[in-house]
Amino acid sequence: MASSIRVRAIANGETTDVQTLIQHPMDSGFVKDDKGEFIPAHFIQELTFEHDGKKVFVADWGTAVSKDPYVKFSFKGGNKGDDLKVSWIDNKGESDTATVKIQ
Amino acid sequence: MTTPFNSLPVTRRLILKGTGTIALAGLGMISFRPVAALAAANDKYPDDAFKQKDGNEAIKLLYGRTAEPSDKIKLDAPEIAENGAVVSVSVSTALADVTTISFVVPENPNPLAAYYRIPPGTMPNVANRLKMAKTSNVIVIVEAGGKLYSAAREVKVTIGGCGG
Repeated sequence: MASSIRVRAIANGETTDVQTLIQHPMDSGFVKDDKGEFIPAHFIQELTFEHDGKKVFVADWGTAVSKDPYVKFSFKGGNKGDDLKVSWIDNKGESDTATVKIQ
Repeated sequence: MTTPFNSLPVTRRLILKGTGTIALAGLGMISFRPVAALAAANDKYPDDAFKQKDGNEAIKLLYGRTAEPSDKIKLDAPEIAENGAVVSVSVSTALADVTTISFVVPENPNPLAAYYRIPPGTMPNVANRLKMAKTSNVIVIVEAGGKLYSAAREVKVTIGGCGG
């Protein structure tokens, strides 16, 4: 299966800008399906970014983050060619991980 | 005949084992508790806060206190959102020593939307996309230097983001 994680990390002088898109339904549990039954909550709870063995950004999400979530942040200390590891885990225990090179 | 001699060492060992465990547990209570509490504050997914139905209660659960408004926080959100399912919200701040940033939408069924942990070296800027059930303030809470600051902006929602 293709990775659910799309990351672009670009070194920009002192800082590295990171943009991430993840494919995930982010079902809140408040929405009904065609039959009028509630679709159970299914959402990413934790998204972690690691650079050089250190966490540089941790997102804790609730059900109000939009479907196919997007998040952008920047950190200091990243260099071109360095690895950036991204991983998420959702409320059903499903998870995914991807490692990208900083451009 | 042999039973008393055989059973005795066993009981003795059991008792010793028992006290050992208790002693260890006792030590654990003293030495590990502050560490565990700190770890909980820093690392654990704040499930209770995310399940709260009241925005202020969620903030209190998350941080244990209330925030004061600050003009050093720049919160970008649309004035009118045609689609409440995808509302782009971003924040940046001139405050120093930022450790966490969170987004709260008080009119949502579960107001706490996102909680970001900002380690040293990471910039206090975050952009994300949130769902909004109806017209509401979007509140951002910035924890900086151990203090809590907030900024708010109203977003008018024409189509709610909760499917209804």
